Amino acid sequence: MSFLAIRDLTVSYAGRAAVRGLSLSVGRGEIVALVGESGSGKSTAAFAAMGLLPSAAVVGGEIRIDDRAMADLTAPEQDRLRGGTLSMVFQEPMGALNPRMRIGAQVAEAIRIHHPMSRAEADARAAATLARAGLPPEIAPPTRYPHELSGGQRQRVAIAIAIAAGPALLIADEPTTALDVTTQAHILALLRRLVKEDGLGLLLVSHDLAMVAEVADRVAVMKDGAIVEEGTPEDVLRRPRADYTRRLIAAAAHVPAAPAQAPGAPLLEVRDLVRSWPGVRTDLRTGLRRAPARTTLHDASFTVAAGETVGLVGESGSGKTTLLRTVLGLDPPQGGDVLLQGRSIVRARGAALRALRRDVQAVFQDPAGSLDPRQRIERIVAEPMHLLDARPGAAERRRLVEEALEQVGLAPQDAGRFPHQFSGGQRQRIALARALIIRPKLIVLDEAVSALDMSVRAGILDLLADLRDRLGLAYLFVSHDMAMMRKVADRLIVLQAGRIVEQGSTTQLIAAPRHPYTASLLAATPDLDRALSARDPAE
Amino acid sequence: MSRGMPAMLGGGVLVALAAFGALLSLVWTPYDISAVDIGARLLPLSAAHPLGTDQLGRDMLSMVMAGARVSLAVSLLAVAAGMLVGVPIGLAAAAFGGWRDEVAMRGADVLFAFPSLLLAILLAAILGPGASNAVLAIALFNIPVFARVARGAALGLWQRDFVAAARLAGRGRAAISIGHILPNIFAAIGVQATIQFSLALIAEAGLSYVGLGVQPPAASWGRMLGDAQTLIGVAPRLAVIPGLAILLVVLGFTLLGDGLRDRLDMRG
Repeated sequence: MSFLAIRDLTVSYAGRAAVRGLSLSVGRGEIVALVGESGSGKSTAAFAAMGLLPSAAVVGGEIRIDDRAMADLTAPEQDRLRGGTLSMVFQEPMGALNPRMRIGAQVAEAIRIHHPMSRAEADARAAATLARAGLPPEIAPPTRYPHELSGGQRQRVAIAIAIAAGPALLIADEPTTALDVTTQAHILALLRRLVKEDGLGLLLVSHDLAMVAEVADRVAVMKDGAIVEEGTPEDVLRRPRADYTRRLIAAAAHVPAAPAQAPGAPLLEVRDLVRSWPGVRTDLRTGLRRAPARTTLHDASFTVAAGETVGLVGESGSGKTTLLRTVLGLDPPQGGDVLLQGRSIVRARGAALRALRRDVQAVFQDPAGSLDPRQRIERIVAEPMHLLDARPGAAERRRLVEEALEQVGLAPQDAGRFPHQFSGGQRQRIALARALIIRPKLIVLDEAVSALDMSVRAGILDLLADLRDRLGLAYLFVSHDMAMMRKVADRLIVLQAGRIVEQGSTTQLIAAPRHPYTASLLAATPDLDRALSARDPAE
Repeated sequence: MSRGMPAMLGGGVLVALAAFGALLSLVWTPYDISAVDIGARLLPLSAAHPLGTDQLGRDMLSMVMAGARVSLAVSLLAVAAGMLVGVPIGLAAAAFGGWRDEVAMRGADVLFAFPSLLLAILLAAILGPGASNAVLAIALFNIPVFARVARGAALGLWQRDFVAAARLAGRGRAAISIGHILPNIFAAIGVQATIQFSLALIAEAGLSYVGLGVQPPAASWGRMLGDAQTLIGVAPRLAVIPGLAILLVVLGFTLLGDGLRDRLDMRG
């Protein structure tokens, strides 16, 4: 008998169904992955299993825990179940922790709720639990606060809280999506160890097929609130039966077309770029002397040629965004220079700066934040026209906007709508149309496809490849996602702690990384084929 | 979308009622408020005088209507003036930062350091009492409030990617402040304006009560309260009616502001 058994679960909000007839079971010591794109209902299903849906949800079907129906339990019994027998780990560890409480106290609280014991006993057990979750006192003493920890360490605290009361089933909703790849690998290893040692059942909710292929015993693919396919990772991901699974795998493995022409002359030259921040005046005893300056970018140098796609890879905090904002001329550097076709964007002012800006545009990570919510699409897309000396008239402007929208696969009549009327993928297309409208030579993409679903991402990458060939554009891709970068970039630049540690052609760099950091990044990046091949001998 | 609707509706009705009374008083009041009729003084509520008459025999309903005109006009002008000066200061402080930001915000701190009503009394005492000086005094302590709100909301927006995109599109800081920042902080400013309006109404009443606001024969709710205080034992009605009018309009604006905030939060 499975520990968690969900039968014919339906969840709807105000008549709109989020989950339609989902059946799924998770046994002890088993890792079951629930995979789907945004809006598939996978998180709703996970919350339903925890009994944590908002009161507006209308729930049907049956959820049995340890052969007892959830619906038959009283509210206090359900509370004892939650955290005691069932517990959950969320995507964003900062939001799941209390910022004003020491991490040891948060774990101890979770223990004492379910197992009455003295404070001292609970503290001792909390310290032991934190150590089990990979936070021994010499790394992070229980007296630390969440803000004193890194993202991965916070997620370890969240996991320690989840396992504190000795649950039998853990539900993890995208537990590594907010983390860097090397951290993701560590967290996954931790979860697998807990499953093995404690006979814990794990329901892993994720969008990442490659990651799931590495860890799951069973995979269930979800679409529009129902499971379309379920089985071992080998069966589902190697020999998919459902059309949708096939499309999902194809989108994840999708490689856009290679460039038609060889790269041309150097377009962007970054020379010995330095960014540093003056120390803060804090200490009264030293007469408010400044703390030493903090440098976030050390002598970065690289070039991008016309028509070339260059990938800048690095984990969070590596200085990617700092570098990119300086290259775009948004923030001034403390040393070095950025040259566009031989002219410095750092020193340019007024008309000269405007002339340089005509050649470089950008697409940012969060499509919701990069479009002014109060403006119509026409005005948003047309904004870079302010850089032109001869600004087009209203009719001409409209025509150019419509043309740009069509280029990115949107309808001309979308020009009259507002950003909130579009999906995430469509908004990213709008941002791209804005970057294209004055025909720049270089587009900088800051994690521009990271937030998008696989199928949408594949479409945008194809579009970029197509525009590159038709318009001769060069791209500077900035991302933490090595798996995507290796598919799109001609050349890769690896950034670690503000230093460029390695750069070279993508094929060369992946086949034979020279810097250990590059090697560790590549090893930690989940890869569907490699994960499935690694499983085969075990079968 | 329905959240906050009943509150907004209730607030809107109260405010509209006061505004209607004030506008109507421009062309018509039941009785002439400058006509003193000692014979008809302190009459109780009746069909001829729905709210009775005051110690000089003037019709109270007419007085409340005419008083609304002065009270609302002074508050409206003071808040509008405070907003027109304060918001650009706040926008500029957020856009240019550095020493300009410091100067603007420390200036606001200095204004904040004085109790607002005390400052108004001081100003009215120096410039002399009167409606226009009351507007000036109340506007003065509205400036830092709007500057602060505008700056705070704008600073958050300057970090957003659409502002970075606008800079890449060659827009200057002033153009971005007007084209992108201002439309996006309108909501925050609107909510603050309703709060400031209630405060201005009370401030005007306070100034007029101590005799530094509107001068006779013009009526204002604060003056009516001041005039009524010697007769509070004889005819408490004279103080209760203008007091109630102030209370209801302040309540109306507060409800309007709360409802507005709820609705705008929904969309944000």
